[in-house]
Formats: sequence, C-alpha cells, structure tokens
Amino acid sequence: MQTEIVGKPVPRKEGRSKVTGAARYVDDLSMPGMLYGATVRSPVARGRIRAVTFGEGIPWDEFVVVTAKDIPGENAVALILLDQPYLADGFVNHAEEPVLLLAHEDKHLLERARRAVTVDIEPLPAVFTLEESLAGKEIVWGEDNVFKTYLVDKGDVDEVWAQPDLLIVEGEYSTGAQEQLYIETNGVIAVANAAEGVTVWGSMQCPYYVHKALLKLFALPPERVRVVQCETGGGFGGKEEYPSMIGGHAALLSWKAGGRPVKIIYDRAEDMVATTKRHPSLTRHRTAVTREGKLVAMDIEFVVDGGAYATLSAVVLSRGTIHAAGPYTCPNVRVRSRAVATNVPPHGAFRGFGAPQSIFALERQLDKVAGAVGLSPAEFRRRNFIREGETTATGQVIREPVDMAGLLDRAFELTDYEAKRERFARENAENNSTQKRGIGFASFMHGAGFTGSGEDYLKSIVGAEADAEGRVRVLAASTEIGQGTNTIFAQIASNALGLDYDLVEMAQPDTGNVPDSGPTVASRTCMIVGKLVESAAVGLRQTLQGAGLLTEEYTQDGWREACRQYVERYGALKSFSQYKPPPGVHWDDEKYQGDAYGAYAWAVYVAEVTVDTLTYETRVDDFVAVQEVGKVVHPILAAGQIEGGVAQAIGFTLYENVVWQDGRMINNQMTNYVMPTSADLPPIRVHFEEQPYQYGPAGGAKGIGELPMDGGAPAILNAIEQATGVRFTHVPLMPEALMRGLNENR
Amino acid sequence: MSDEEMSREADVRCTVNGTTHTLRVRPMARLLDVLREDLHLTGTKEGCGEGECGACSVLIDGELVNSCLVPVLQVEGAQVQTIEGVTAGGAELHAVQQAFIECGGAQCGICTPGMVLAAVSLLAHTPQPTDADIRHGLAGNLCRCTGYMKIFDAVVRACERAGVKA
Ligand code: FES
Ligand code: FES
Repeated sequence: MQTEIVGKPVPRKEGRSKVTGAARYVDDLSMPGMLYGATVRSPVARGRIRAVTFGEGIPWDEFVVVTAKDIPGENAVALILLDQPYLADGFVNHAEEPVLLLAHEDKHLLERARRAVTVDIEPLPAVFTLEESLAGKEIVWGEDNVFKTYLVDKGDVDEVWAQPDLLIVEGEYSTGAQEQLYIETNGVIAVANAAEGVTVWGSMQCPYYVHKALLKLFALPPERVRVVQCETGGGFGGKEEYPSMIGGHAALLSWKAGGRPVKIIYDRAEDMVATTKRHPSLTRHRTAVTREGKLVAMDIEFVVDGGAYATLSAVVLSRGTIHAAGPYTCPNVRVRSRAVATNVPPHGAFRGFGAPQSIFALERQLDKVAGAVGLSPAEFRRRNFIREGETTATGQVIREPVDMAGLLDRAFELTDYEAKRERFARENAENNSTQKRGIGFASFMHGAGFTGSGEDYLKSIVGAEADAEGRVRVLAASTEIGQGTNTIFAQIASNALGLDYDLVEMAQPDTGNVPDSGPTVASRTCMIVGKLVESAAVGLRQTLQGAGLLTEEYTQDGWREACRQYVERYGALKSFSQYKPPPGVHWDDEKYQGDAYGAYAWAVYVAEVTVDTLTYETRVDDFVAVQEVGKVVHPILAAGQIEGGVAQAIGFTLYENVVWQDGRMINNQMTNYVMPTSADLPPIRVHFEEQPYQYGPAGGAKGIGELPMDGGAPAILNAIEQATGVRFTHVPLMPEALMRGLNENR
Repeated sequence: MSDEEMSREADVRCTVNGTTHTLRVRPMARLLDVLREDLHLTGTKEGCGEGECGACSVLIDGELVNSCLVPVLQVEGAQVQTIEGVTAGGAELHAVQQAFIECGGAQCGICTPGMVLAAVSLLAHTPQPTDADIRHGLAGNLCRCTGYMKIFDAVVRACERAGVKA
C-alpha cells in the first residue's frame, strides 16, 4: 500500500491522453446531423437597432436563424444580476454584442452568411473609459453608471491627516485590460428540444453556472438541463462566466432546429474581440506614515471598469478591495471602491480577480512611501508586515503563523538582492551604458476561497463512490482546466483512505451525475473542495467500518474485500460531504468587516530587469517567487501553477496591450496582441515554505492558483524604477510609454 | 479564384503517419482541416489560425510547420507526421512524451501536441541543445499555462534519456 502520496509528484491523471493527442476537447467531437453556429454582432458600441437585413446571394431558407424573439424563457444571462441579454433586443450596449444567431451544416457558407447580415443601428453617445464613466459623461447603466460600491473602514482615517509629524504621500496607479488567451478558444455543442430538454457539452470552468443560466433561458426545471465539461484547454477565469453565453446560444439554435446538434467554436479573432478580459483599474492612494516608517493611515480609492453589463464585476471588485491594503498592519484604513459601467464588452474573471490590480497600486505606492521616509523598500516593509494576532484592513485577526519577513529574507537570499541593489545603483550611475539594470520586489497575500460569506452561500457538495472492486470515484463539478484538479483530488482521496493513487479516479463533471461542488475559481479547488473530497472519502471508510466490514487498520486487499461485500449486500456505496465554515469564522456583509477569507497564501516575489534606453526594450532577467501556501500537495503541479501565473504576470506588465477604438479591441489577433514566448521569459525560480493550514486537506493545503498573478507587475515596475529612476504608474508598460517616461526625465 | 473554382475538388496523394492516402479536397482547404475533419486526426489543434501559436504543428518531410498555413495541395507526395504518429502503433511513448508527463510539461494540454512535435523536431536537428537552443527552438509554440519552465525541463530530460540510450 502507498504510504506517502501527498507531496509526491505522481503522474497527472490525464497526462498520457494529453501528450498523445488522444484527449478530446469540444472541437474534437462531432455528432450526426450536426450544424455549425455563428453569431452576428453589433458593429457599434451603443445604439438602437433599426433593422436587420439579410443580404443577397445566400440561400437563407436553409439557415436556422434565432433572434431575441425565439427565446423560450428569459432573455438574460443568469449570474448575479439579470441585466445582460443573450441577444440584443432593440438596443445594444457594447460593440460585438450578440444580435442574431445562424446555423448551417456548411461552415464555409455559414461564414459568408454571417458577413451578409447587416445590423443597422442608430448610434447613441457612449462611454469608453472608467474616467468618462465616473465623470457621468453619459449615463449608460442604472442611474449613475455604478454597478457596485464597497467601503472598508478601519479606525478613523480622517482623524489622521491633521496629526503633526506625519508624512503624507499620494499616488495614482492604473492597469489595462488583459486577455486570458487560453490556447483553446471558447466552444460548445448543444442538443436541445422540448421533448428531451437541453444538454450542453463544452470547454468551461463552472458547469453549474451554465446549468443555472440555461434553466432561466429555457424556463426548464433542473432535471431537464444537463451540462458536461469536456477536456478544457485553459481557462484562467475566461471560461468562468462566458460559457453560459455561448452555451445558451448553441442551445437556442438547436432548439429552433428541432434538436439537431449545434456546435459553436469561436475563432481567435472573435474570442478576443467579444469575450471577457481583465478589468482595467484606477487606484488612488493617500498614505500617512511616521518619520520612523510606521504606517498610520491608508486611504485608498479603487475603481474598476466593468464594461457594459454587471456580470461578475461586484465580486471582482470585492476581492480587489479586500486585497488593496496588503499584508501590512495599519491602524487606520479606508478603502472606497466602485465598479463602473462603460460601453465595452463586459470585463470578467481573470486569475487574481481584482487583486492583481489593487496590489499593483499598493506595492508601487509603498516603494514611493519608503523613499519619502528615507528607508529602503525592504526596511520599510519589514517595519509594517502583519504578524500573527494582528488585524487586516477588514479587522480579520490573523490566527495562523505568518512570517512575511522570513519570506523576504529567503527571496533576498535566493536573488542576492541586497548586493545587486547596491551594485546596480552604482553601475547605473557610473557607466554610460544604455543598458540599465534594476532589481525590485513585491510582498503580498492572496485569500483562498470565496470572499466573506461566499462559501456559506455556495454550500458546496462533493461525493465519493466505491465499486465492488474497491475503486473509488470522486464526484465533483470542479473542473480540470490544466491546473491539476484530477490529480490532486485523487491524491487527497487516496491519502485519506490509504489506497494506491491508481485506485482513485475522477468522474467527468456532468451536472447529470455529480453534485455541485461550486465553481472552479478563486483558488478554492484544492483548499475548499479538496477538504470536501477528503471528508467524502473518509465517509466511505466510515460506512464500511459502520457496517462491520472493515477493521480500523486495513490493507488495500482488505479494502477491496470490504467494498465487494458491501456492494453485494447493500448496493451502491456512496458518501457525500457538504461545506461547513471552520469554527470561529465571522463575516459582516454590510460593514465589510471580519474574516474575509479562511486562509491566505503569503508571498514575496523578486524581479531583475535590464532596460535598454536606446531601443526602449525591457527584459526580465531573473524572477524568484517565494511563497507559503500551506502543505504542497504536488510539488510539480504547484510549481507549474506559479510559473504559469508569473509568465502571465510578466505578459500583463510588459507585453500584453489591448488597443481600444470606440469600445472595440482592434488588435484582436495573436499577431498583434503579444503574449510571452519561450524566448522572452527569464528563468522563473519557485520556492515554497510550508506552513500547514489546520483546516486544509491533505495535512494542510491552501489555495495557490491566483497568487502568482499578483506580484509580478509591481515587482517589475519597482525594478524598472531602480534601472531608470522613473516612477512608472501604469501597466502594461509598453516601449512607447517607457520612451515618453525616459524623455520627460532627461 | 472564382467561387466555382474554389469549390471544385481535387485529389491529393500524401502519406500521413506512414499510411498513404488519396484525399478528395477543396483546393484551398487547410492541411489542418483535412487532418482533423477528413482523417479524424484531432490531436492537431487550432489555436489561432494565423501561424502564431503552433498548436497546429505537424512535421512535413521532417520539418516543423504550422498546418493552419498550409494549403493541402502543397503536401502532394509528402510525408506528414502528426502527434498521432509520434507514438506509432505501439503503447510505448516517445521519450519526449514520457518526459512531458514526468516533468509537468502539459497542463491544459491544448498546446501539447504541437509542443511535443516541436521538441521532437528540435532534438532531431539538435540532439544536444543548449538552453538557448531550447528556448528558441520552441519559440514558435505558445503555451499559456506553464510559463514554459516545465517544458524546458522535459526537453532536457528527454535528451538525457536519449544520451543514456546512445
Ligand atoms: S493554429 Fe496554426 S499557428 Fe495557431
Ligand atoms: S499546457 Fe495549456 S497552453 Fe500549454
């Protein structure tokens, strides 16, 4: 029997099918009689639809055509609010908004037909940036363009400004949109008709989100709708809410076509131009600090651009708000935040979920504050790091051992930071080289699981079942999207039962077959759902022991025999486990005070850069990521998560620039929206400190997925500031902006 | 070309993973589509359709190409190898595939078939690649999940294995 499975790099469950090309993604599936679907979209950002005309030369009678009038249930994508239509009905609120759907069995003809439809729209004034939206240039959503506001208020910030002997430092920071750029675009197949209900197969993170949306769209009871996740080629948040839209579209076409299967696969250009991106943000900081470098007050205003509809912006804003004051102790903190509407396609979930934006601002601001006090960025942070027993901005008492200073030491040791910082300063000043060097860092935390009472509302459920051969299957809607769900769940269950890893497998996420373990988001899969996997597995053992078939100590053969007898006598052996909050966790949704997250991952990331002051190119030469994420369940998968997240963060900082024109992304191709290639990235060196979390699974695991997105941008800009002496405040920092900054400072 | 010429079908003879086929195709059809739709070799993926991502990589007469950019007429008489041909026939994985599994080179897996072929091609041309050779050899294949580090590890491990064998 396997003894130690946790912490071992077992082969990933679906590794073989992925390296051989046998893994089946949705576009690899085909069904008899299948049609292809396409979406006709709005050419303008905002306006009233006057007419839709079908051009010449297309055999229109062969086509399935769906408009808003064909929707059997409610024309709204059910998520948080019901403000976003599946198909525009008389009015459009953003460019590329879906207006009409077409299906045909010939893909090539379908594409010609799509181009032959003209949507005539009387344009109305629109707002394209969060600044315009805040200024109320035009009211485009609700009464004031505001989707959501939060206030976090600790101590009394306003009391502080008048106090003597404090330094007050202000700063303004902003971040741009970022495309998730999963290599597999969004895609689904649907079969839908009145007799059989609706089934959707697709690339997605959250089958039960799609399920919930389809219930509303078709006005059907839950058992008539089924959603199945296929192998999914990356998500990063981009397949959190959007599959509800494309899944609904394919199902509407199939419904109209009497139940013929309909496949919709976006091409890259459509996926980039029409689907969600990271929320652009603007953050203002006002910080009060003593002359000894102790934080006294942080007043933070944080705004994100939500795009045309509410979608998930309220939740993204929440995470960004809670992370805005970082892993520091400060007696007075106020965070005022808003998500506002603009006439661009709705921004959505993307790894980090608001936190990378507010952490970028904070970690740039703190370097500035350190400078004002006359301390090094490191010394300043050391004096303010939060420690066990102290409280965060939301008043959460940190009850776990946290050692930010220790992480900082480790990161500095691995990078030789202090020596390099000094050497680069000297060399940059002394020599006339156009190559300027810099090293910088960021320290931060990331909460695992849903914010505040989110997990309480979700009440996730996981099941486990064992067959007569003793094989265990985990039943969960949590999806494998590359991050390793299948593998870590099997590790957790086999560890809990003392069985071989090979004896445990995952059921395919299919709402017809697995319970709702909640969405695959928010770094919650390992820590929250993993814990449920563990207890569901333990439930199997307890059932066998309760039935007197299994002794306290047992071998794998003993387990198999017990399962055989149980199944023979009583039928199926199943066990379910439902989420319960750990003891002593309180959250006040009104005041935004309390235990915002069950646990945090803590980290210090260091970046080293070279800036070429002639070509305005910036290269990251080295990147070290040190973090404490609880027990590491699988060292290779965990490191892979960090490396991949850091690569995306480097893209976010230096390469990935969404170019907008009238509310539309105009560089919607991989040729001109550039993500890092293997030739662009530095070595990404990953180091884990392990501090088991008492309520985590497998001996104390926490969340990990989003964390690596948070630290890259501020660490790199802090390094660039050392290299150039210029205080850049916006990412992405493209060469043109670098050139402007350098010229202004000459 | 007129619409009529575009839709007039033609025959192409080529060898795919060791089997010779005569394919009836639209002349402008992309090799990618013919592989996926006519031959049901769905291991070759489409990530961009414009020659940027490498998810559609295949080997034509031993050279790595993006099959989304190749009109199928161009492979007349050629030897095409797809990911399905890398594990030709048997259950035994290629050293590169084995190393990808062990080192964590595949996460979501959508870039993996192309990436494996790029690595196979790199090692065929440069059996002992340096770090820079690996980075540049794979630079035509984008991976959004891994940050490439585990892929580099896999290539290094695969050539270590090959070295041991030789
Ligand atoms: S699909 Fe061919 S290069 Fe991207
Ligand atoms: S493994 Fe997902 S894109 Fe490479």
